[in-house]
Amino acid sequence: MSPAVINSDSPVIWTLLTVGQILLVTVVLLLTLAIFLIYGDRKIFAAVQMRRGPNVVGPFGLLQSFADLGKFLIKELVIPAGADKFVFLLAPMISVTLALGSWAAMPLAPGWVVSNINVGILYLFAVSSLGVYGIIMGGWASNSKYPFLGALRSAAQMVSYEVSIGFVIITVILLSGSLNLTRIIELQAGGFWHWNILGGAGLQNLPLALVMIPMGVIFFISGLAETNRPPFDLPEAESELVAGYAIEYGSTPYLLFYLAEMSNILLMSGLMAVLFLGGWQAPFPTATLTAHWAPTAVSLFGFMWLYLKSLFVFFMNAMVRAVVPRYRYDQLMRLGWKVFLPTSLVAVAIVAGWRVYAPVMG
Amino acid sequence: MALQAIAFYLMAAVTLASGVAVVSAKNPVHSVLFLIASFFSAAGLFVLLGAEFLAMLLVVVYVGAVAVLFLFVVMMLDVDFAQLRQGFARYMPLGGLIAGGLAIEMVVVSTTVATNGAARLNDTPMAQGKDSLAGVSNAEAIGRVLYTNYVYFFQAAGMVLLVAMIGAIVLTLRHKPGVKRQIIMDQVLRTPATGMTMVSPKPGEGIDI
Repeated sequence: MSPAVINSDSPVIWTLLTVGQILLVTVVLLLTLAIFLIYGDRKIFAAVQMRRGPNVVGPFGLLQSFADLGKFLIKELVIPAGADKFVFLLAPMISVTLALGSWAAMPLAPGWVVSNINVGILYLFAVSSLGVYGIIMGGWASNSKYPFLGALRSAAQMVSYEVSIGFVIITVILLSGSLNLTRIIELQAGGFWHWNILGGAGLQNLPLALVMIPMGVIFFISGLAETNRPPFDLPEAESELVAGYAIEYGSTPYLLFYLAEMSNILLMSGLMAVLFLGGWQAPFPTATLTAHWAPTAVSLFGFMWLYLKSLFVFFMNAMVRAVVPRYRYDQLMRLGWKVFLPTSLVAVAIVAGWRVYAPVMG
Repeated sequence: MALQAIAFYLMAAVTLASGVAVVSAKNPVHSVLFLIASFFSAAGLFVLLGAEFLAMLLVVVYVGAVAVLFLFVVMMLDVDFAQLRQGFARYMPLGGLIAGGLAIEMVVVSTTVATNGAARLNDTPMAQGKDSLAGVSNAEAIGRVLYTNYVYFFQAAGMVLLVAMIGAIVLTLRHKPGVKRQIIMDQVLRTPATGMTMVSPKPGEGIDI
């Protein structure tokens, strides 16, 4: 998986390798994971409501998502008569392309990253901010009232919450001094007290935990809003808009929307783990433990931690969906602009001040 | 390097083609979508230049925020195309003049840069000597230049944006009398003591509130 294994001087080999890595990460890893996470999501949702959830297809219903996948694929594709056909079909493709493309900069384990770009975190931010286009275009191209209303809601919602996500990311960047995700993770090595949610860089920064824990919470909640998850699923609120932007979609295009949404949720969980919970770093010092391990074993060990952390965040995500009722639209806007934005702005000022004036920081 | 050339020509072609499509598309929403495509491929050109920070900012700011609002507004507006095209012949000369002027300007600037090289920062005191920008990532390089040599311009730009923002808010802010607004603080601070009164009406009588 690492590009260093094969000497990649030739541009053709380089391209093939990169494409291979991207396919490996997106198709094999991500889609399988997304499919099982849909199952997990439904199971958690069901458990909270004291139901059984999917339990018919396969052992414990494990293959339910595959059955759904097959059903989506063989259904007839219906395009509404008044729809803008090109944009209608383009929208889910854009959604899924962006959702899978954002994984290119996601560091999965030591040395496991498709593209270790210097502005990785900005890249993720940029690509996730583009995700709104799939929804807007889909809602508009459907040429129908409810999808359009859903699209307008999602445009306003995602743009609003992006602002606070941006500021939260800035606090993390200030702590790490780097836009490179791999570097951000490396700086959190050495046990859970080095994680950014506790201020990063060891116990000397512990007072910053007072700022960073709320920032982590804001990031989590904004991530819910950004991925249109309950309690912020207003673009597809079934009690008001039937299914929002997705009403006119069925068959494969809907499947693409669904996969994109799931992949984005997974990305937000992973990003939360990377930015605040130390990414692939174990919650205890591992320098002596892994000193004599093979690089692949170290990578797998790291991947396990990132995976567990992401799953934890995803579990929280699913629990929120099951437990919290949907927000009203004006309250959603109030929360984004009047609560999160000022709070994160103040936090940026505090963290910046700490970086400059704290006596112990190197 | 062949890959870079292919990428450059591909993205340059997409940028230009979608630029043309922005003005020639019949449907304004399609225009905005082409505008987005053109922004996006321009960001790709920035990446090719090695200015990945600028590229990401272009995507975040223009594609992720500005163009979304464009799209939002254009979708909401009910544009009458016939009316829109009425003045085409009348404004054609003026528009052509402006476009021609811009084109000449761009040709002059790019030929000057190609022959004489870009304007350099070496004349300014901070960029001389040990503070060389070689070997730092371009986010850091931009930061160093922006917060030292150009700090006043930077702050002035921030000031202009702030004034523009306040201006926009002042122009559109209207307090309608008689509109009920939700005041969250009041709701949170409500207690049973302030929120309800106990009355015991006699049988056959109502109460006056």
